[in-house]
Amino acid sequence: MHVLPLRLYFVIFLALAAGTVLTVLAAFQDFGVFNNVVALGIAGIKALLVILYFMHVRYNKPLTWVFVGAGFFWLAILIGITMGDYASRDWERAPQGWTAVGPQAVAEAAAAETSESSPQEH
Amino acid sequence: MSGTSHNPHVAHHFDDMEQQREASTLGMWAFLATEILFFGGLFTGYTVYRSRYPAAFHDGSGELDVWLGFLNTLVLIGSSLTMALAVRASQLGRKRALVLFLVLTMILGSAFLGVKVFEYAQKYHHHLIPGVNFVVPEGQTPQFTLFFLFYFVMTGMHALHMIVGLVLMAILIVRSAKDRFSEQYYAPVEIFGLYWHFVDIVWIFLFPLLYLIGRH
Repeated sequence: MHVLPLRLYFVIFLALAAGTVLTVLAAFQDFGVFNNVVALGIAGIKALLVILYFMHVRYNKPLTWVFVGAGFFWLAILIGITMGDYASRDWERAPQGWTAVGPQAVAEAAAAETSESSPQEH
Repeated sequence: MSGTSHNPHVAHHFDDMEQQREASTLGMWAFLATEILFFGGLFTGYTVYRSRYPAAFHDGSGELDVWLGFLNTLVLIGSSLTMALAVRASQLGRKRALVLFLVLTMILGSAFLGVKVFEYAQKYHHHLIPGVNFVVPEGQTPQFTLFFLFYFVMTGMHALHMIVGLVLMAILIVRSAKDRFSEQYYAPVEIFGLYWHFVDIVWIFLFPLLYLIGRH
């Protein structure tokens, strides 16, 4: 049984509060695309502090770490592969006659069809 | 000490309390993994549509009150502190401190929900609730509605989780007051603590992703 010192909980709380202030301040600055990196980075650190200390995971057995890690690993797969799909939809031009699915390809196909009379009979 | 098998609270299929505690922790994290994926689905949908319609999400976020969101974030983090202190009190068998910290957690959690009710009411007056009275403002694209769909579904599901948490917390308070917990047995408090901290973590991500898009 791991009873943590009282002070540790207050230190972690202050760190979390400071992170929150930092996130808001950073949001009012223009870092371009890095605004997202900073926001998610700070949120990630805050989550890590809550998990390791408030939830005592740092003091748990390695098997518990596997269970904790599994959930976030599956989340990473969900977001990673889904965004990979969406991000790559415009990469390959569909051959003539095939239906394109990316937004840009669909727009181009629609523009091409209206600019010339329909080449095929249905 | 709580570690020996003479502890009356150890179920017969466990060697000792330490093993029983580890098992309940594993069980709770297995459930939290399903919660991670539940909210994860919503975050993934958010990611897809924010990347598709950045301007609509930027403008939608501008309609939210940053300072209310900031205040609520501090309130919820504070409730995580009091919850962690409640668990610590239960580990040490300190009943009065346990009840006090659980009550404080409940007050802070309720304050959070109170602010959310106020925010939702504001949205209603500004015609920003999709499916209820949504009016797309002048110059906005239809995807402006999409941002608010995500706002209400994500914060709504989060609030629902908090309400469930408050109900369970009330039950824990009653049981604590009736001396159901001690250094020998405090698992329900500890396990509930894991749930409450998880709900806090979800908000830690919701706040910047919903309230702080393009505030510069």
